[in-house]
Amino acid sequence: MQTGIMDKGELQKIRRSLTREQRRVSARKFLRSRLSLAGLVIVLLMLLLALFAPVITSALGVDPYKATVKDRFLAPSLQHLFGTDNLGRDIFARVIYGARISMTVGFSVGLVSAVIGTTLGLYATTSRFLDNLLMRLCDGLKAIPNILLAIALMAVLGANMRNVIVSLTIVSIPGVARIARSNALLIRESTYVEAMRCLGAGKHRILWRHIAPNILSPILVQMTFAFASAIISEASLSFLGAGIPQPEPSWGGMLNEARSYLFKGWWMALFPALFTGISVLGFNLFGDGLRDLLDPAAGGRAVIK
Amino acid sequence: MRGYVLRRLLTVIPTVLIVSVVVFLIVHLTPGDPAAMMLGDDATVEDIARLHARLGLDDPLIVQYFRWAGNVLRGDLGYSTAVTGQSVWDMISTHFLPTILLAVYSQLITILLALPLGMLAAKRRGSLTDSALSVFSMLGISLPSFMLGMGLVLLLAVQFRLLPATGYKNPFTDGWPAFFRYMSLPAVSLGFIHSAYMMRMTKASMLEVLSSDYIKMARSKGTPERAILMKHAFRNTLLTVITVIGQGFISALAGAAVVERLFGIPGMGMLMVDSIDKRDYQVIQGITLMIALLNVLINLMIDLIYGLADPRIRLK
Repeated sequence: MQTGIMDKGELQKIRRSLTREQRRVSARKFLRSRLSLAGLVIVLLMLLLALFAPVITSALGVDPYKATVKDRFLAPSLQHLFGTDNLGRDIFARVIYGARISMTVGFSVGLVSAVIGTTLGLYATTSRFLDNLLMRLCDGLKAIPNILLAIALMAVLGANMRNVIVSLTIVSIPGVARIARSNALLIRESTYVEAMRCLGAGKHRILWRHIAPNILSPILVQMTFAFASAIISEASLSFLGAGIPQPEPSWGGMLNEARSYLFKGWWMALFPALFTGISVLGFNLFGDGLRDLLDPAAGGRAVIK
Repeated sequence: MRGYVLRRLLTVIPTVLIVSVVVFLIVHLTPGDPAAMMLGDDATVEDIARLHARLGLDDPLIVQYFRWAGNVLRGDLGYSTAVTGQSVWDMISTHFLPTILLAVYSQLITILLALPLGMLAAKRRGSLTDSALSVFSMLGISLPSFMLGMGLVLLLAVQFRLLPATGYKNPFTDGWPAFFRYMSLPAVSLGFIHSAYMMRMTKASMLEVLSSDYIKMARSKGTPERAILMKHAFRNTLLTVITVIGQGFISALAGAAVVERLFGIPGMGMLMVDSIDKRDYQVIQGITLMIALLNVLINLMIDLIYGLADPRIRLK
């Protein structure tokens, strides 16, 4: 565009500072909402716990795997912050290491399903046949309730961490694909995409360089929710004995062990349950805040649905 | 109306087809030989080959699929590989009742809790009650059912000894009071998450309806607020609520596995989890298929009710 007054460099500088200002305003808006802020804090805290689990536990001199027979069923104390379990293992150390498992599963599922789902959703918009095929496939997958599909997949794949990630990714792909598709369909009709097409840009170039960046916000929001539901699903699977096998300290697995000792050591159940609930809450609040910020229209749409 | 019903019925076909293919493939694309797995470690190569032939595992996948689908259509879900001679159908039908009762009971609790609260939140929009209820529903959505279940057991069964911690009573042989004593904690744990969701949806759809022109019209005529809420707005909210109830029923059926394990209820979820340990894939396949088909059926019914209630949907 020709302004006549400013040269190109100056214009760019103004544009950049405008973007920066916009970002600052958005960030302030996010932080002002107390609930989103609480979500962000919880998310960061969980990620830090997961990242520094070995450092924290070794600083406190506890070990998530070491069983000490004489220390069975110790109530929470200064030495064992969250008490010990039926094998005399320190529950605090196990809960912190459990955060590692939950965060790894949540993050992998969120990321992989976002990548695959977005790709599927984008390419669905390129042909009517593909679109029909994909949508019917999603309908079919959606007809099987998530947790049930995950249980069935785990039953045949075998219980380990990789398979938990694989099953939960399969379960959450349809949701992402749907969102990617519907948003891509909207953007495909916009004038600038039409302009690119007229200029002779190829199919893939339009999809990846012009449509994909513009559907990133709803995908990102969906990713946080996929993260949250992966945490719940992993815990449920491990609780059922179909998730992360013992002696790995996953929260669901710890709850499963605690089931038999509710009368003997309530702390065995309380702390893993508390951490599961708080981290899911954190990711949900964070996702809600992110949605209000990035994709205000979707918030309204999702509610009215 | 007939056109609408026909059109809607036609959309069921591809969904059912894909569901059946997915369920079939889950078991058939597994790594490892099912025949070898069924016979255990000391089976000879000949034994395995014989079982292969008997189960038809040497046929192409598509032939196997059609044979399986044909059997399913005739009501034959196959035989358990863990319990000899037991048909999957028999196993499911003996475990069916507890799960269905649990799902229905949990949905009743959900409705009784969520509908009034959702309407209250919509009526007092922006008030302290509204904010308190939104926080409550956010907490509810983030609370996994086993977590709530364990909390309730710790508090009401272990601490105060008001209700039994585990077990199941059949209402038809042990009586309804016993059933309610044993099933109330499981039903609340199972239904709570969904009641948070239903509350949100009720509130949202109530707000949408309340802002429409015909409500303004009713208000300007001087209709009492109570009548507007109960007679005019509620009816139009009902469609959303019915959908949410349908979804809730299905997610209760699916989520029952966790609650059944926690409370020791011998339902389909328990059967499914036991089958994982025994590698009884036929049973897992049968349960998954049944619940998925039930889901398709419920969604179909909801859509038909929609069409019946709302001519705009019928004619679209």
